Amino acid sequence: MAIMTEAEARTILEKVVALSTADECTASLTGSTEGNIRFALNNVSTSGVVDNVDLAVRVAFGRRVGSATINEFSDAALARVVQRAEALAKLAPENPEFVPAVGKQTYRPTNTFSQATAAITPETRAGIARASIEPCRAQKLVAAGFLEDGQSFVAFANSNGNFGYQRATQMDYTCTVRTDDGRGSGWVGTNLQDIGGFDAGRDVNIAMRKASASVDAQALEPGKYTVILEPAAAAGLIGFMARFFDARQADEGRSFLSKAGGGNKLGEQVYDPRVTLVCDPAHPELAVMPWDEDGVPRERQTLVDKGRVTDLFYSRFWAQKQGKKAAGQPGNLIMSGGTKSTADLVRETQRGVLVTRTWYIRMVDPQTVLLTGLTRDGTFYIENGQIKYPLKNFRFNESPVIMLNNIDELGRPVRVNTEGRFQMMIPPMRLRDFTFTSLSDAV
Amino acid sequence: MDRRQFLAACGIGAGGVLLPGFTGRAIAAEQLVEPIEAAVKRRLADAGLGAATEAGASYCDVRVGRYMRQFVLTREATVQNVVNTESTGCGVRVIADGAWGFAATNTMTTDAVAQAARLAVAIAKANAKSQTAPVRLAPAQGVGEVSWRTPIQRNAMAVPLKEKADLLLGVNAAAMGAGASFVNSSLFLVNEQKYFASTDGSYVDQDVHRIWAPFTVTAIDKASGKFRSREGLSAPMGMGYEYLAGNAADKVTSPNGVISYDKSYDMREDAVAAARQAQEKLKAPSVKPGRYDLVLDPNHLGLTIHESVGHPLELDRVLGYEANYAGTSFATLDKRQARFQYGSDIVNIVADKTQPGSLGAVGYDDEGIKTKQWPLIEKGKLVDYQATRDQAHILGKTASDGCSYADSWSTVQFQRMPNVSLQPGTNGLSLADMIGGVDNGIYILGRGSFSIDQQRYNAQFGGTLFYEIKNGKITQPIEDVAYQMRTPEFWAACSAICDQRDYRLFGSFFDGKGQPSQVSAVSHGSATTRFDGINVINTARSLG
Repeated sequence: MAIMTEAEARTILEKVVALSTADECTASLTGSTEGNIRFALNNVSTSGVVDNVDLAVRVAFGRRVGSATINEFSDAALARVVQRAEALAKLAPENPEFVPAVGKQTYRPTNTFSQATAAITPETRAGIARASIEPCRAQKLVAAGFLEDGQSFVAFANSNGNFGYQRATQMDYTCTVRTDDGRGSGWVGTNLQDIGGFDAGRDVNIAMRKASASVDAQALEPGKYTVILEPAAAAGLIGFMARFFDARQADEGRSFLSKAGGGNKLGEQVYDPRVTLVCDPAHPELAVMPWDEDGVPRERQTLVDKGRVTDLFYSRFWAQKQGKKAAGQPGNLIMSGGTKSTADLVRETQRGVLVTRTWYIRMVDPQTVLLTGLTRDGTFYIENGQIKYPLKNFRFNESPVIMLNNIDELGRPVRVNTEGRFQMMIPPMRLRDFTFTSLSDAV
Repeated sequence: MDRRQFLAACGIGAGGVLLPGFTGRAIAAEQLVEPIEAAVKRRLADAGLGAATEAGASYCDVRVGRYMRQFVLTREATVQNVVNTESTGCGVRVIADGAWGFAATNTMTTDAVAQAARLAVAIAKANAKSQTAPVRLAPAQGVGEVSWRTPIQRNAMAVPLKEKADLLLGVNAAAMGAGASFVNSSLFLVNEQKYFASTDGSYVDQDVHRIWAPFTVTAIDKASGKFRSREGLSAPMGMGYEYLAGNAADKVTSPNGVISYDKSYDMREDAVAAARQAQEKLKAPSVKPGRYDLVLDPNHLGLTIHESVGHPLELDRVLGYEANYAGTSFATLDKRQARFQYGSDIVNIVADKTQPGSLGAVGYDDEGIKTKQWPLIEKGKLVDYQATRDQAHILGKTASDGCSYADSWSTVQFQRMPNVSLQPGTNGLSLADMIGGVDNGIYILGRGSFSIDQQRYNAQFGGTLFYEIKNGKITQPIEDVAYQMRTPEFWAACSAICDQRDYRLFGSFFDGKGQPSQVSAVSHGSATTRFDGINVINTARSLG
């Protein structure tokens, strides 16, 4: 069984910690049951379920650290994995940046589990695929998509008496719909902790409308435009930028948050005063585990307050060195906004470009976080509050730091699909002078 | 979201050793050199083949795999992490009632493999109900009991950890001594021990080795707050530890003294050069945007080939199977029919799974097909794609191209890119001669940022080192360079290719594709190549 109860996990973890003769020992169990279904060309292509449980043991003799992992839990196996971690630690070079395991902590549980998501069956997945494919078939459209869902647990204990256990669920659905002549393409994505509110039929309808409406796209001269980025489109750029809130990089002089002459930009006004970015493990729509990978409790952390940089990510080593308190490394990022939907923002736009999705975003210059990437699966021209016609896709070269100084209006934040380190809630946003540098023929 | 992101999002407990692309159990370094006996693998495979056939499969293949990785990660004088992982198990793929089914187990007993085979048949039969057309496999003759091994001279897994740590810390010290502000260096070592058996009568035992030794040197000008990094100029290779010997015969020096590396690499020498060049980059003038003739070094051009030729000619992408994730392709099937003009007539691009030293080289693919070389672009015209056994019929072919790969025993094999390489020029042309013929150009070496659209038309590439060429001479380093291109126009602008003497391999070690995502490793060979009149933009910005 991939999902252990708290009592089952505790029994194993306590045995492991007791077996170790090292100066310190941390044992952690992670287990998950994940299901997925993939479809393309209006047919299911693959589907599967993967169960997995791993026990990781990390021990230290002084500053020498060793770790080992195993997926058997007999007494003999537990002894073996401890011995292996200890053997590796004795061979390891001393780590000058070693920080001892955390002491006993009090964690505030967060609401990361949904029974409905945990109860997803192969039939549920097949039903979602069918609900995505059938309306497309009926309208000569072609669906390709992917649903991945899972439930998991994390449990850990260490030789300082620390212990944690919590379960989580998540589902992620994306669907790309193309016209059968390949001239139009639309996309939709939904990321939820609780499948309860999910309706594949409603979602796929968005992608279908965008696919049909994007046929016969017109070319607009590249340049600086007012744009509305849907939340998923904005998340690609903002999530990329958030990786560089690392305090050590900033202090070492190799980040956009480093200051000329040395030091970092903590306390400086770096963004438009409407920009506020927080990490909050207990956020009601975006809860994450209450601890980080080292077992340090996560806290509500305000990275940017009204445009001013107010916090950075400190590793335990760097916090110690700089005399700072180390909060747990965050697992989510929430950008504040207003109350309007993307559609509201479109209605109030005189002239602009609506972007559904951004794609293949890469760093061009870390000094300024200049990113390049493309628009994809639904780019439209807006005039007098109406979507006028579809546009050919653009390549952009834009820094999210500059972009978040050119805000016209922010809408209501929503939970988005992300591939990076953070789960995110991002508002739709209307921005001035967004830089498109070339046209793409891709549909 | 994939499994790793899911676990990361949930906050895995302390001590986890999840690294890009791989999970597995951590093992002691000395265990990395112990193979599983071929007879044991055959017994497991036969159990799977027999059970599948008995359960009604018309075809079955069993892959018994032991996948090992060692990663050594350092910065300056610190070894940050050493990770040894092993993942062992059996994957069983079947065709039943005309549909694919797959199941896998990490329990290495004949009973467990037979049970996985029966489960795969049950899944295939369930999948068959909604399938619109049955799977059509290109015929393949069983090859009997055969084996293949990457022709390594020194097994990197058997090299003592201390030697590796000493190498990297020595490289770091040399870079710091030469003026670097920071340096990160790593070793990524991979060994795939793969056994493939099928109901066609094949039993293929392979031992595949790969190595990668990347570093990043950073120079900082504290007063201005400016920083610049220079990546190493090595290539990941399908070789053993001998790649790090740094033989003098494998060094290639450009007219302005930049040293590149062919079949072996001098990491320390490159790190010292990197420290100097990173400091030069801090002071180099910013490029004036406009049209330039580009002279692209093999260690840069490889990535452009990968993105603009390798990916668009993957047949599953062309057909639409990757539409929701990686995208489709502009190089549609009708273009092959029409012998689409992909590039100028000196452009000859081959797919290859046999080239010694390359990341993609194996004796047989993950469907047991003997590997080969074949043309993709001949004299600038599109002539072929990359296909697996169940795709060959779509191209009217009677045999697979041998492009099947799975990154683990637990994942389903599917179509992956072989090595895709630009053939060197046939008229004698040296790098010095090529640069001598350029009036207004930029010489680009090393990989930089890369981005391309979902049909592989519009791309933008940066690089590691940029040098201005004026009137046939390299004049000075320049910065903030990126070129934008439309694939067919870019390849049509290919005006000269250096000859065989300048041919070298570039590599991509972690190429991602599929949902759930799988990684593969692939090389791209070329000689230095010239492209005329390419649009160059300036990427410098100010945050005010």
